[in-house]
Amino acid sequence: MGIDREIATMHKEVALPRKNGELVFQEPWEGRAFGMALALHGEGLYPWDEFRDRLIAEIDSTAGTSGPGPDYYEHWLAAFEKLLLEKGILTREEFEGRKAEFASSQREDVF
Amino acid sequence: MSGEHNHHPAPLSDVEARTRALESILLEKGLLTPEAVDTVVSAYERDIGPLNGAKVVARAWVDPEYKKHLLADGPAAIAELGIGGMQGEHMVAVENTPTVHNVIVCTLCSCYPWPVLGLPPTWYKSPPYRSRLVIEPRQVLKEFGLELDESTEIRVRDSSAEIRYLVLPERPEGTEGMTEEALAKLVTRDSMIGVAKATAPAAGA
Repeated sequence: MGIDREIATMHKEVALPRKNGELVFQEPWEGRAFGMALALHGEGLYPWDEFRDRLIAEIDSTAGTSGPGPDYYEHWLAAFEKLLLEKGILTREEFEGRKAEFASSQREDVF
Repeated sequence: MSGEHNHHPAPLSDVEARTRALESILLEKGLLTPEAVDTVVSAYERDIGPLNGAKVVARAWVDPEYKKHLLADGPAAIAELGIGGMQGEHMVAVENTPTVHNVIVCTLCSCYPWPVLGLPPTWYKSPPYRSRLVIEPRQVLKEFGLELDESTEIRVRDSSAEIRYLVLPERPEGTEGMTEEALAKLVTRDSMIGVAKATAPAAGA
């Protein structure tokens, strides 16, 4: 699995937050966002570079922060959204509509 | 906002709503299954990484000079095989022999040699393993299915943020002439933690 090496070698500002070497998900959504980006890559929807480059851009856009911080998975999520939208995997309308349904509790479960 | 009782879950945060929206759309489109996401997350919690350690062990089995180097200077010997990711912690390889058996634990938290072993198994982080291994190592190893001779000395190695241990298991008998690559397949994660021996080669192989 080449992706393992990709993940293991994400260094410096894109390095995944770890504590004692373990990946750290502070909240469940972080794990879901992490898993989705890898799973879709695994399905062949995009080369890993396309995700990683967007992640780097997101992290770079917040000047002054360095290394994995508490916002890491917010950057991850933003990069993942952009990738999906730019690849046409989903549309902004779909996304905004669905987001509003969850935010307003019209919808609660993913399934 | 929704009254003084907490019967209802708090409204979703922005990031939660976005994540759920993405997942639900991707599921609907048939691009993902919830299991696929679970599998990725659990793979990173359980399975990734031991391969690096297995390469280190197999090299040490076939190359006495490398083994000497590994036991003397773990970080340098590991880096020599192109394995990175160490965050400044010192890696110490400890050798199992017929008379001495090493097993690793982190009694304080869950320090683990992740660059060579990946993410730790769930039981490694469990309080019973962490406390009991120190008190009754022979019994704990027995529960893992590893019965050691009474005369074998057990050394419990307590990892910390500064020092991570890697167990160099004994090379199984009947592996003479096997390639380094084939040997690496015998090296399990558990054998590098020290709760198991390296796998014996398949009969007739």
